[in-house]
Amino acid sequence: MAYDKFDVLTSRMVPLSTENVDTDQIIPARFLKATERKGFGDNLFRDWRYDSEGNPKPDFVLNDPTYEGKILLAGRNFGSGSSREHAVWAIYDYGFRCVVSSFFADIFKNNCLNIGVLPVTVTPEFADELFAAVEADPSAEVEVDINKQTITLLSTGRSESFDINSYKKQNMKNGFDDIDYLLNLKTEIQAFEAGR
Amino acid sequence: MEKKTLFDKIWDAHVIKSIPDGPDVFFIDKHFIHEVTSPVAFLNLEKRGTKVMFPERTVATPDHNVPTIDQDKTIKDQLSRMQVEKLRENCKRHGIDLHDLGTDHHGIVHVIGPELGITQPGMTIVCGDSHTSTHGAFGTIAFGIGTSEVEMVFATQCIMQAKPKKMRITVDGTLGRGVSSKDIILYIISQISASGGTGYFIEYAGSAIRSLSMEARMTICNMSIEMGARGGLIAPDETTFNYLEGKDLAPKGEAWDQAVAYWKTLKTDEGAEFDLEYHYNAVDIEPMITYGTNPGMGVKVRESIPTTEGMKESVKKSYIKSLDYMGFKPGEPMKGKKIDYVFVGSCTNGRIEDLRTVAEFVKGKKKADNITAWIVPGSREVEKKAMEEGLVQILEEAGFKLRQPGCSACLAMNDDKIPSGKYAVSTSNRNFEGRQGPGSRTLLASPLTVAAVAITGEITDPRDLIEELALEK
Ligand code: SF4
Repeated sequence: MAYDKFDVLTSRMVPLSTENVDTDQIIPARFLKATERKGFGDNLFRDWRYDSEGNPKPDFVLNDPTYEGKILLAGRNFGSGSSREHAVWAIYDYGFRCVVSSFFADIFKNNCLNIGVLPVTVTPEFADELFAAVEADPSAEVEVDINKQTITLLSTGRSESFDINSYKKQNMKNGFDDIDYLLNLKTEIQAFEAGR
Repeated sequence: MEKKTLFDKIWDAHVIKSIPDGPDVFFIDKHFIHEVTSPVAFLNLEKRGTKVMFPERTVATPDHNVPTIDQDKTIKDQLSRMQVEKLRENCKRHGIDLHDLGTDHHGIVHVIGPELGITQPGMTIVCGDSHTSTHGAFGTIAFGIGTSEVEMVFATQCIMQAKPKKMRITVDGTLGRGVSSKDIILYIISQISASGGTGYFIEYAGSAIRSLSMEARMTICNMSIEMGARGGLIAPDETTFNYLEGKDLAPKGEAWDQAVAYWKTLKTDEGAEFDLEYHYNAVDIEPMITYGTNPGMGVKVRESIPTTEGMKESVKKSYIKSLDYMGFKPGEPMKGKKIDYVFVGSCTNGRIEDLRTVAEFVKGKKKADNITAWIVPGSREVEKKAMEEGLVQILEEAGFKLRQPGCSACLAMNDDKIPSGKYAVSTSNRNFEGRQGPGSRTLLASPLTVAAVAITGEITDPRDLIEELALEK
């Protein structure tokens, strides 16, 4: 599925410092029953966001009007657990385009890149700085530039570069997915299969 | 000649093309699908106007969301029913084999693949499910993928993957009495943490691993993902070949001999290099249990919950949050804590050996009054064998309820939910918050430990009961 192109994103951050946030928290299994990709943003962090009666829990960061933005600033080992792409759909559909963490789970990171959410891995020190900045001033902004592969805290100018391979980078910049690429290799794939 | 690991050999044989500073175009031999992560992939495929390229390379079963009672009736939950019906429709339209509810080989996707002999050494296997790593027990590269990749496999039988780094975990020695493969893997994860394997593919080696049955090996590979690794594998050997011989879809006759000859080459060359290695001794491993909300938070059953001494502030915050959820305090002993539910099942420990272990242990005893005990076989074949072997009767006499095959309370997408605030000791693989139902509290353990908990109603080291039993006899 195609998604919106990613270029330079300047945005405030929504901080969620909890470590080891697993995909069951991002989207609990009982909300995976859809047969279409619709409405997942509403159930993002469902059980942390709402109580059992469906009332918003005021102390959860998504319910706190102080914080907003297209960047989710997350704790270490974000997205562990299940392979459910629904977790990333929920993040994207809610309105995030970028997740920043000092450590991502593997499949989650892969899924992000496949649907147009940019996972930015920063050093633990820079992550701490970002958390401190947003705590001191919720309107603190960062700039994520996929061309230069940099993330910059605008108030201090502190910047770090992040990794993304050039293939995925092109995809993100153009809003392409892998299938377009793979379909062009059809003949090679068929020949390979025939030899198995 | 270049020295290769088992993982290199299989990986390299499946790369159609390598993109410079990008991923490999990676060919997939077998693709498993289920009702939850496939519908959107089918939908997008159709929007694109593309067909499934090699339908015979995909196998389907509904497992995640299905009820575990009255499987012969219409599914009551409307959304679950729609997902299962969509799967049927999609399989029919695209010519994909479906092991539907009630048929002989219905079950959890990672249980039926090996049972049918679909899973074979040297293959690449993917599924929209992270526990696809289970199949690594046969010396295959098997891992979970997202829905976009499910669509890629439908359309092209390939995915784009960067080759992971390689790790070897060696466990040597002989396991003590009452210690099983589940304890090995829970022990390893407690040592290297829930993220310690991220970025790696693991090979499990050593005499303790080689001595294990195929089922026990599957339990280990299954939980590779719980330390963040993409998957884990074990070199195939006589145990593997014996398991596969005669299975429905395993090669037969001359093809079998050829296959075995090839499979015998599937091992890590002497001197091949890994990016990271760990060594453990089987004698250090004891019955394990988790106390927190990720599988790395595990201790020996006879130990106490670690204190926060020396913990970094940020780590401590998440640690306390996790213990608060569980209703536990740092430093408390695990033994003796009251439990409400036990769950035996899932693709980790829902196989016939697991049911045998539990049945043997609870034979002639009764479960404690405070315990609700669910046993959910991993497949119809497991269910059938359990009946034939008289296990079902033993289990029912002990007060266990046997349900029909499916994922069930492992992820609680169907009605099998542990109520909020209740404690469940489970043979499954995840103790995340709410994993077994909103507010549920999960402790992971081996089938033997779960059986012991069922009898005493509290956290128990199964070895204590084995000793008592031995004395009685
Ligand atoms: S049993 Fe649990 S872990 Fe295994 S496939 Fe089903 S939901 Fe996933």
